[in-house]
Amino acid sequence: MGKVIVVTSGKGGVGKTTTTANVGTALAMLGKKIVMVDTDIGLRNLDVVLGLENRIVYDLVDAVRGNCRLKQALIKDKRLENLYLLPAAQTKDKTSVTTDQMMELCSKLKEEFDFVVIDCPAGIEHGFKNAIAGAEEAVVVTTPEVSAVRDADRIIGLLEAAGITEPRLIINRIRTNMVKTGDMMGVDDILDILAVDLLGIVPDDDAIVISTNKGEPTVFDDNSRPGLAFRNIARRLNGDEVPLMNLEEKRSFFSRMKAMFKSE
Amino acid sequence: MGFTSMLGRFFGRDEESSLSKTMAKERLRLVLVHDRLDMSETMMEELRTDLIATIGKYMEIDQEALEVSLSRDDDGVALVANIPVKNVKRQVG
Repeated sequence: MGKVIVVTSGKGGVGKTTTTANVGTALAMLGKKIVMVDTDIGLRNLDVVLGLENRIVYDLVDAVRGNCRLKQALIKDKRLENLYLLPAAQTKDKTSVTTDQMMELCSKLKEEFDFVVIDCPAGIEHGFKNAIAGAEEAVVVTTPEVSAVRDADRIIGLLEAAGITEPRLIINRIRTNMVKTGDMMGVDDILDILAVDLLGIVPDDDAIVISTNKGEPTVFDDNSRPGLAFRNIARRLNGDEVPLMNLEEKRSFFSRMKAMFKSE
Repeated sequence: MGFTSMLGRFFGRDEESSLSKTMAKERLRLVLVHDRLDMSETMMEELRTDLIATIGKYMEIDQEALEVSLSRDDDGVALVANIPVKNVKRQVG
């Protein structure tokens, strides 16, 4: 029996979908059987981040309503054969799925898969309630900004009220230089305020923009720093002890040269 | 970063309290006190009950008229309790 993990944040634009895509992919790279579920009905994006947008025939709403069999709605990844996506519906109404339907869907999926990773929409309304309905664990994504941390706090409260008592935090888009000069909250500052367990830290990096442009998760790139961060996070979710990555670490001369030639 | 603050940093005159991340932390702390309490009416109720029990050991208070609330000004958040006293208990022994 697999585990259902929801990736959530409250605030939009902090990197939920990028996190879902990369953590899901990295878990699959560890040999696990993974399905990612996009619950952002009407604003689906997980498909484009993964580069699978051209393969969609059926979606989440079709699957829960029985317009197709669940298996027909699952899209197999191009690169990894143990990685699947259940895309959100793009044209249907947000309220077209109920929490009961979501719970049923999750319990079916976890019979098949080792991890069910759910990408939650922004906000705390219907879509959020659906996304967390079938989840046993939660990953809260935030960035070192006042608005994102405030929303993360609210989400942690709502998760706890819903019985998901130990959400774990990912701090995304850390800019080491700004933390050093005191112009950005650091990891300790944020943990001080939110008082939750830390699952991982991800540096702000151009590699994310480039990988999203291409529709290739950055975890496939051995030279990507956020890629390493997300692979570490996947290993922790899988139960391994992995030390936090060193954000100070400069890229080696060799890898910088390689990156330079690549961009030519 | 402005030129003066850069100079300040260069000469080590930078104080923790003037850093923008410190401002972010302080502002978050205040705003979260309110957010968290808005979410939990039950906690406020428990506090009220405990206050009545504790103060009741020393004086007789008007439980109906007791008011507990959070108030906020520029310096921070304060717990404000208005507790009408009916009678003070005599010291025993």
